[in-house]
Amino acid sequence: MEDILKTCLHQKHLDLGAKMMPFGGFDMPIEYTSIIEEHNAVRHAAGIFDVSHMGEILITGPDSERYINYIFTNNIRGAEPGKIFYGMLLYPDGGTVDDLLVYKMGDERFFLVVNASNIAKDYQWIVEHSAGYNLNIENLSDYYGEVAVQGPKAEACIEELLHLEVKDLQFYTCKEIECDGETIIVSRTGYTGEDGFEIYGSHAFINKVWDVLVGSKQVLPCGLGCRDTLRFEVGLPLYGHELEKDITPIEAGLGMFVKLDKDDFIGKEAIARQKAEGAKRKIVGIELADKAIPRSGYEVYADGKVIGHVTTGYNSISTGKSVCMALIDSAYAALGTEVEIHIRKKFFKGTVVKKRFYEKNYKK
Amino acid sequence: MSTVLDGLYYSESHEWLKVEGEFGYIGITDYAQHQLGSVVYVDLPEVDDELNQGEEFGAVESVKAASDLLSPISGTVVEINEALEDKPELLNEDAFNNWICKVTISDPEELKNLMDAEAYKAICE
Repeated sequence: MEDILKTCLHQKHLDLGAKMMPFGGFDMPIEYTSIIEEHNAVRHAAGIFDVSHMGEILITGPDSERYINYIFTNNIRGAEPGKIFYGMLLYPDGGTVDDLLVYKMGDERFFLVVNASNIAKDYQWIVEHSAGYNLNIENLSDYYGEVAVQGPKAEACIEELLHLEVKDLQFYTCKEIECDGETIIVSRTGYTGEDGFEIYGSHAFINKVWDVLVGSKQVLPCGLGCRDTLRFEVGLPLYGHELEKDITPIEAGLGMFVKLDKDDFIGKEAIARQKAEGAKRKIVGIELADKAIPRSGYEVYADGKVIGHVTTGYNSISTGKSVCMALIDSAYAALGTEVEIHIRKKFFKGTVVKKRFYEKNYKK
Repeated sequence: MSTVLDGLYYSESHEWLKVEGEFGYIGITDYAQHQLGSVVYVDLPEVDDELNQGEEFGAVESVKAASDLLSPISGTVVEINEALEDKPELLNEDAFNNWICKVTISDPEELKNLMDAEAYKAICE
């Protein structure tokens, strides 16, 4: 077993008495007091998450834009500095290496934010395919700490408590700010379906941000438990569940982040073929009539046979309904299709619905 | 710290059993509800279900996970606590006053396999 990693805020979580669990190789807080209370704080006020486990990879140099466009599904060509793109790294067969954000910091400087569990794999993938490109790749994951401040009151809290000017940031843009003798990065992004920001800086700076915001009592410390219920409710994918080595972005319903009209990129041919032929499986939403909870891995049935499995499921905290995302045979993916989910010894009736169970509340 | 009530029988999987004549009331312990966190769903057995000691008969679910309920005793379900269908959080509020089901005990000899409050307290530490 590899040693479990700790983020720069690890001691703060222990001091707050958080329930800790391993996630992506790190010992992370799942909840401090209650997932439900933390979830509702983000929906209605403001919460802060330690997301320092996320990986940061910096790509600089004359060929960086051209190279990223070759390994990344979205099209970053000619974008203004400050723009952020969501997309995937794909295998040649269209399966997903990882989903990530690409921050355009400057014309020849890009900041990639990747999933904790995939840092080593992504870094290796990015280095491996870069032969012949004039650029430099640095894994800065050990340097950066990161917090996400999310919720309708996030903007006001960051402005008033941290004295950072973020009002002018548009959705999916970022800026660098000189603060305490270092350059930090702030972006209007998140993983909750609410307005919010992500802040990247040195371990010391991130600790200070945490202390100020948590100390104010206006921003509730939130664990990964509610991060998952929040992202799930608005239909955002989690690598390892809705996206995987053998799940393509088309199957995951994320085709809008794969730009087939740009120059060649790894996986393009496979995705173009799948789009033309139609994916055989699809991630859908399913709503149950009963309150029984469909959990990841449970089987989905229709016409007396297994047609797929649940990828993430909860009794939605915001709506009270039992809902899930599931990867199922496309023949049953039409909205309104009746299916059944096998939960322990019983079968529960469900209906295919849109996989957005709660409306996003972004500030655009 | 978690509460443990005297006079009840306890299982290693954190269910309690209260014996009243031929009947037994089954619930989860205060320690169990603490470990689970907010209970959002209780998968109750049905009346007439046959329970076997140590075997699964339902589940309690928190936001994050489902935990099987293992029966502390063999018997037949004669009543279920329907209040838990709409208010599963009752288990968090008072785990010992909200039983999950009532059974007729089929083999009182099985009580020997359960712990008393003192023994149970020791495994909760």
